[in-house]
Amino acid sequence: MADILVYSEKMDAALELASKAKEFAGALGLGLSAAILGVDGTGAADAGRLGEVGADRVFTVFDPALDGLAVDVTAEALAQVAREAGATVVLVASTRRGKELAPRLAQKLGAGCVTDVNSLVLDGATLVAGRYAFGGNTVAMETVDTGVKVFAVMPKTFEMGPAVAGAGLVVSPALALQPSTVKLVERRQKDGDAVNLEDAERIVGIGRGLGKREDVDLGRQLAAALGAELACTKGLSDFGWLAEDRVVGLSGAKTKPDLYLSVGISGQIQHTVGISSSKLIAAINTDKDAPIFQLADYGVVGDLYEVVPALIEKLNSI
Amino acid sequence: MKLDIVVCVKTNPDLQMIRIKNREPVLEAIPFRVGDLDKNAVEAAIQLRDAAGDGKVVVLAVAESNRKVRETVKEVLAMGADEAVLVVDPALEATDQAGVARALAAAIQKIGSCDLVLFGEGSTDNYTGQVGSRVAELLALPQISYARKITAGGAGVLVERSMDESIETLEAPLPAAVTVVSEINEPRIPSLMNIMKAGKKPVEEWGLADLGLEAGTVAPVRTILSNLAEEQDRKHIMFEGSAADQASAFVNALIKEGVLGR
Ligand SMILES: Cc1cc2nc3c(=O)[nH]c(=O)nc-3n(C[C@H](O)[C@H](O)[C@H](O)COP(=O)(O)OP(=O)(O)OC[C@H]3O[C@@H](n4cnc5c(N)ncnc54)[C@H](O)[C@@H]3O)c2cc1C
Ligand SMILES: Nc1ncnc2c1ncn2[C@@H]1O[C@H](COP(=O)(O)O)[C@@H](O)[C@H]1O
Repeated sequence: MADILVYSEKMDAALELASKAKEFAGALGLGLSAAILGVDGTGAADAGRLGEVGADRVFTVFDPALDGLAVDVTAEALAQVAREAGATVVLVASTRRGKELAPRLAQKLGAGCVTDVNSLVLDGATLVAGRYAFGGNTVAMETVDTGVKVFAVMPKTFEMGPAVAGAGLVVSPALALQPSTVKLVERRQKDGDAVNLEDAERIVGIGRGLGKREDVDLGRQLAAALGAELACTKGLSDFGWLAEDRVVGLSGAKTKPDLYLSVGISGQIQHTVGISSSKLIAAINTDKDAPIFQLADYGVVGDLYEVVPALIEKLNSI
Repeated sequence: MKLDIVVCVKTNPDLQMIRIKNREPVLEAIPFRVGDLDKNAVEAAIQLRDAAGDGKVVVLAVAESNRKVRETVKEVLAMGADEAVLVVDPALEATDQAGVARALAAAIQKIGSCDLVLFGEGSTDNYTGQVGSRVAELLALPQISYARKITAGGAGVLVERSMDESIETLEAPLPAAVTVVSEINEPRIPSLMNIMKAGKKPVEEWGLADLGLEAGTVAPVRTILSNLAEEQDRKHIMFEGSAADQASAFVNALIKEGVLGR
């Protein structure tokens, strides 16, 4: 019997995928397999959880060659599992690691692949994947035409289902894996900045219109006066002025606030794709031709160093 | 140390110029540009070559027509790349990332001397991130994606890369494939003089047949059913006057909209 195979190095994402894949598998008459890859059995306990959300079989592979999850070896391990499971559809989570992995896996399996999928639905017996195209200008709906299909699906696209099934059958295949020539020298946590922009009701977004790092404070003061979260462009996070967690756009958060106030942001499409679901968009920019104004409900052509202090003063006076 | 680097650069329509008509993107008469992250990759390659003291940077572009790539590669040649190789073939019109990867891999083999292949983490228009991973697999190369710092030395490269929640430092032997993120550098803007000189740099053009590839090998393996824009309906109200006037008018509007309490 053919199967859908799900994998992510992030267990929550794997559980989301498995929950939805159970539905697809039922409709398509396929089985559902999941994979857990690691070095020393850490994670083996998750096999039960994958079973509970619907995986019929959980393939666990623990091998020293998977140390550091180098993409070449991870792809090879997953390709071997996919063959063992008879997988015709492989779903991985489109984390950075997953987005790197999926095409390498697809190439091994002679498969077509769609990455950064943010919707995946069945149309009859065909899986149709949605993703942004032209930098976020459009949404493309795509199908994969090869016998094996690989989709890298953005985390949180699906909800984790309830534990309804029993534990799946745990299978530990003997794989032939060579260690990667890529060696992990060091891994350190990023300076994260826990913020939930997706659910924020008001957001102040700042961009490279700010002249220097200290001026990020001006953005913070404006956000405080508005009762808003502070967000930024990738341009600003590339400078290291704010953490990547605060980036809005194609490679950051997709927001839907009541108000998105953009300050010193040009409004390039890769940024605005993350703000276009806002109820109201306002913009402050010195350049009257900045593309952000095409998307704005309210616009101020002016110097943020004059307008923002005036705005803070006005907001604090009401 | 000698370092020969191939940088894969894609030409895409200037996204800021795309207008939406009846939900469809209008692509006619839109100028082409080299991908943003591909410029970061070219900048990284130039710096690595210069640090090594010897070697060359070859930029490699695949497209269905040379109208698209001839002009755009001039910009990266002017930045400081040494040579360009264009793979141009009408059979590439309908291709996808798998087909482009096949053409790139074959061209890299034909170029021959190559210690490092650099890519953008994603192309400016599609941002699939597929091409780098597929080429690495086709050429059986060790691969490191999302590089924010690359140092060459000894027999390999030391790469610092930016993952979702961590920074990893990895070491790979050469030859290797590396994709870069935008924070790795600020691509240089070529001087007028270098733009003039770029016109004289060698540009090779190959067809698929020169690479021993049949048209069928670049046929797409996915179908795009539709590609539509979401409608945006915005008010476009601009506030005039002094900063204080603009601030007042803005706050009043927010109160009226119910975003702010009275
Ligand atoms: C594949 C890919 C993915 C990307 N993903 C994202 C993403 O997820 N999010 C994102 O944000 N970007 C993303 N980008 C980058 C994006 O294309 C832009 O480069 C970035 O958004 C620009 O940031 P910015 O608006 O801060 O800077 P700029 O484009 O430099 O704009 C600065 C603006 O500030 C204005 N300004 C200057 N001085 C003042 C002043 N005193 N007062 C008021 N205004 C002033 C200027 O007129 C200008 O419009 C991506 C790019 C690529 C290629
Ligand atoms: N047609 C092309 N010609 C040369 N390089 C390409 C082409 N398409 C993609 N690339 C390279 O592959 C990277 C990732 O592209 P993509 O898979 O489309 O996101 C780009 O940043 C380029 O470095």
